[in-house]
Amino acid sequence: MLLNGVRGGSFARSPRSSEREGKRTMPMSLRESVQTVSDPRSLDASVEEVFQLMLGVGCARENAHPATGQSESVTAVVGFGGLLSGACVFRSQSDVAMKIAARMTGMEFDLVDDTVKDAIGEICNMLAGAWKGKVPELAAHCGLSVPAVITGCNYSLRVQAPEFQLSHAYSFEGAHFSVTIVCDGLQ
Amino acid sequence: MSEIRALIVDDSSVMRKIVERALRQAGLDPLVVHEAGSGIEGLDVLKASQVDLILSDINMPSMDGLEFLRQIRAQDLAPGVPVVMITTESSEEHVKQAIQAGARGYIRKPFTAEQVKERVLPLVRAA
Repeated sequence: MLLNGVRGGSFARSPRSSEREGKRTMPMSLRESVQTVSDPRSLDASVEEVFQLMLGVGCARENAHPATGQSESVTAVVGFGGLLSGACVFRSQSDVAMKIAARMTGMEFDLVDDTVKDAIGEICNMLAGAWKGKVPELAAHCGLSVPAVITGCNYSLRVQAPEFQLSHAYSFEGAHFSVTIVCDGLQ
Repeated sequence: MSEIRALIVDDSSVMRKIVERALRQAGLDPLVVHEAGSGIEGLDVLKASQVDLILSDINMPSMDGLEFLRQIRAQDLAPGVPVVMITTESSEEHVKQAIQAGARGYIRKPFTAEQVKERVLPLVRAA
């Protein structure tokens, strides 16, 4: 299952441009630096950065993922395309999504409306951007899709045989959420 | 400071509000804000209204921020008006493309109000 859906690939490197730039170009392959790309600390740092700057809160890494049972949850997906294909997935219960949106906008919410979905999509977009920005090759040659937001109950996301996957749970002020980086292709 | 007319282009309405709030915190007051959800909508706004400052996202459906910037120049809309890109894309490559397309500033998301102040105020004062 390809999760990305990144449009265009306008930042993908063409063979001609790498020939012109000769030895100074970024490597065309990430396979040699997969350890760096899959470093779990990059995801933690990205989550901390985004939540500190956009919500003014610090996040703690949790051992257990939040329960995703019968209650409504909100999932945002931003696809990666280019040197790495895959997705960044944010997931939380609806009350946490509303709390995040309230922090971002200064508004109060009692249901997951379009503004809440917009806010969660933007959080996922910034998480994806911050994470890929930690690896210079990805920052330059991996594009992002516009966010897709899914709401509902009792659903799961499955990716068949990813190259690697980072899935971390976090909390702030008693609110729990998870962030997953799925890589289903590396060039 | 005299009234500043700003165009904020972002497909996220939440981000448009956050950018507007950051502009007000930066001291741009009185401020009149025009909003657009894509580059195409942004061009429509510029054809109908005069603005003093443009802030645009890059990753947007319909027309992305870089093409929006190229179209502003190609159609000679808003001549001399500073454009600042506000985006999650942060590589030197993206900054270079934005500058080549005519951007005068670049702010990476997530950002602080202080960063907006540092990068936008000098452009507004110089315009």
